[in-house]
Amino acid sequence: MSTNTQRKGFGSTLWGFLTTVDHKKIAILYLIAGGFFFLVGGIEAMFIRIQLSEPNNHFVSAAEYNQIMTMHGTTMIFLAAMPLVFAFMNAVMPLQIGARDVAFPFLNALGFWLFLFGGLFLNCSWFLGGAPDAGWTNYASLAMNSKGHGVDFYVLGLQITGIGTLIGGINFLVTIINMRAPGMTYMRMPLFTWTTFVTSGMILFAFPPLTVGLVFMMFDRLFGAKFYEVAFGGNTVIWEHLFWVFGHPEVYILILPAFGIFSEVFAMFSRKRLFGYSSMVFATVLIGFLGFMVWAHHMFTTGLGPVANSIFAIATMAIGVPTGIKIFNWLFTMWGGSVKFTTPMHYAVAFIPSFVAGGVTGIMLASAAADYQYHDTYFVVAHFHYVIVGGVVFALLAGTHLYWPKMFGTMLNEVLGKITFWFFLIGFHLTFFVQHLLGLWGMPRRVFTYLPGQGLDTANFVSTIGAFLMATGVTIMLVNIVMTTVKNEKVSHDPWGDGRTLEWSISSPPPFYNFKQLPLVRGLDAYWLEKMEGKDGMIPAEPIGDIHMPNSSFIPFMISLGLFIAAFGAMYHAEHSNWAFPLMFIGLLITFGSMFLRSVKDDHGFHIHKEELMNDNKGVEV
Amino acid sequence: MMQIEEKFTFETWPASPEKATLEAKNKFLGFWLFLGGETVLFASLFATYLALKNRVPENSHMALAKDIFELPLTFVATMLLLTSSLTSVYAIYHMKNFAFKKMYLWFGITILLGAGFLGLEVYEFNHYVHKFHHTFTSSAFGSAFYTLVGFHGGHVAFGLLWILTLMIRNAKRGLNLYNAPKFYVASLYWHFIDVVWVFIFTVVYLMGMVG
Ligand code: HEM
Ligand SMILES: [Cu+2]
Repeated sequence: MSTNTQRKGFGSTLWGFLTTVDHKKIAILYLIAGGFFFLVGGIEAMFIRIQLSEPNNHFVSAAEYNQIMTMHGTTMIFLAAMPLVFAFMNAVMPLQIGARDVAFPFLNALGFWLFLFGGLFLNCSWFLGGAPDAGWTNYASLAMNSKGHGVDFYVLGLQITGIGTLIGGINFLVTIINMRAPGMTYMRMPLFTWTTFVTSGMILFAFPPLTVGLVFMMFDRLFGAKFYEVAFGGNTVIWEHLFWVFGHPEVYILILPAFGIFSEVFAMFSRKRLFGYSSMVFATVLIGFLGFMVWAHHMFTTGLGPVANSIFAIATMAIGVPTGIKIFNWLFTMWGGSVKFTTPMHYAVAFIPSFVAGGVTGIMLASAAADYQYHDTYFVVAHFHYVIVGGVVFALLAGTHLYWPKMFGTMLNEVLGKITFWFFLIGFHLTFFVQHLLGLWGMPRRVFTYLPGQGLDTANFVSTIGAFLMATGVTIMLVNIVMTTVKNEKVSHDPWGDGRTLEWSISSPPPFYNFKQLPLVRGLDAYWLEKMEGKDGMIPAEPIGDIHMPNSSFIPFMISLGLFIAAFGAMYHAEHSNWAFPLMFIGLLITFGSMFLRSVKDDHGFHIHKEELMNDNKGVEV
Repeated sequence: MMQIEEKFTFETWPASPEKATLEAKNKFLGFWLFLGGETVLFASLFATYLALKNRVPENSHMALAKDIFELPLTFVATMLLLTSSLTSVYAIYHMKNFAFKKMYLWFGITILLGAGFLGLEVYEFNHYVHKFHHTFTSSAFGSAFYTLVGFHGGHVAFGLLWILTLMIRNAKRGLNLYNAPKFYVASLYWHFIDVVWVFIFTVVYLMGMVG
């Protein structure tokens, strides 16, 4: 459409983003917001490492340390990793299945705004009397005794964010089930789509327990309930269960899409079909299933007893099997391929040994008896950073380079990309490898300082140096992003030249309706198949016709804003009842009023007419 | 594919109007998935209730489950809600037959029954608070009880408002493929609430009276 190419003022661009329901724009919003929180969490990590760089340090106080450490973990998991994963799911999955949008574009936008307002609410705590300080796990025995409103910010902020995530999960599930292009059978879906699918299913079943745990905590702290008040018959272990019934699946919710991204990268840059595709799908589903059976491995020392501990230990070790299958399939994909070492491929190759190291320590931790030694030491911190940074963050960085052209139409600089990679890789191992040793030497996690002369000084210092190297790497990537954006050199639809799946068959970025004609999918790696037959586009599965599109809407923003306001009211109602209750009421009124408006106002969307499409040479390029 | 704005007659009305358009199919599936999530939510609430049942401050002589629940009241409430599920089935039956007026009649009855249930619940909670001092804040048992049963009650209230809104909004324009899936999904929600109640009746009230 001609209006699309006209230059737009800042105001209208902003309004466009505030009201968009287009999955590609929502992906950009997730990328920006998630990227922002990643930087915030990263700065918090640097504060942690500076404080621990030498014994008896007073860079921050003990109380501040607890807040920084808690906010670092909470931010990284809920506000950085999750939304960044969602960014790629939104950007890529609908294109990979040949859809024009997701099933519920309106809900897609709502999910984003809920996440953003929840995240902003959580971070308001810094300016309003102090952040949460009971760890990202927020165990009730600590959290119930935390003074001030920090933990209330945690509870309400995550509640709002969590609803957004749940909505996103349902949306992706329906999209994949109902909106695949002709010929796109389940066993032809690209692996990233498969992992999105399984992940979304896990979100659907994992987030409600967290919601319930948070509701209990909110009722206890703000409305006088007694769920976790032992003196009144309450029980704090209930929180541990609810949290980890959510929390363990959550780590798979993060790592499965990472596996998906790497599966795409390995196949693309080995220029070979993914080895053992069906076993990859099977392993993904199995991991998704087993992910719900192992939560109590976080509670070995809680005292559930030897029988429970043994069952959960064995179930945990069992997850190693499907994960191992995946590792071998990736290796065999490279085997005999013509491997091209692009920046994403660097991350993919480095991911394998890093993640295996994290897996090995995972099996060590799963041995319930041995875990009494490791529990709550730096060994655990090392373990989960090896899987989370070596797995999830590597994948997010690989994905950023890989999909940047598809999202923005420009290509990040490969030289700077590789420099970022080397800083990040070396920094990562320097930071976290020594933490294994620190843990085994007895350094507990979540302590704000340590004494000199206990053999902990050198390793802690090394760890801090590593953190600075990682920060340097990330800074170089930001420079890269700015330079690329300023240069603004547009690239073609298949900029890597090795695209295999449907997203590479349409322009970068795609037109807002994605596919002028829905493509016909003739097998796995649909676009690659066509390229191998000498074509440079997909065979259309339908004649050119009118395309139905959803209308933009400001309502998702308003619904989320209302909850944001209401949360302040709920939090302050005990000490400021004169204005807090009205505030809560106003907030809820905005939310439910907007929902009501949405339900009574018909929204049939609009059609792009055939004639307009004919004049438009984007879409399927033949 | 059928057009959303199209006008229908009894003859042209499709057999499964709730799944006739892509939007409707998406809504149908999405709502089932949502109910899957709701199931886990209630499962967590039930598990907590069982863990905290009869947990009151030590040596406090507070009323326990066996002291407070009475069968007649909950029996009537159960009957009201179960019947309302049945009447909503009739409503959807008439929706599928393009009998708009009859659909409204049965949805109207559904709403009345649901409101009756809610009224009884309010009476019941009030009774517990004043007769037994069994409150939301008196003990972990109280918190768990009111949260589980209250969450269900909140769902009933939301369902009532939802169906009512749909009825008011569409009163003048009859059935079409845009609003038929909405009525259908609302009735699904209503059935779900009913199923949850069956579990509450069993786990909270029947098992509670046994001890
Ligand atoms: C990139 C550089 C990073 C550094 C230098 C770093 C450093 C640290 C350190 C030192 C701790 C331990 C705090 C303590 O126990 O006292 C910690 C905790 C944690 N980190 Fe990181 N981290 C980084 C990235 C990440 C990322 C990307 C994630 C998640 C996606 C993450 C998730 C967590 C979590 C969940 C905790 C536990 C917080 C808690 O104990 O409540 N970190 N981090
Ligand atoms: Cu776990």
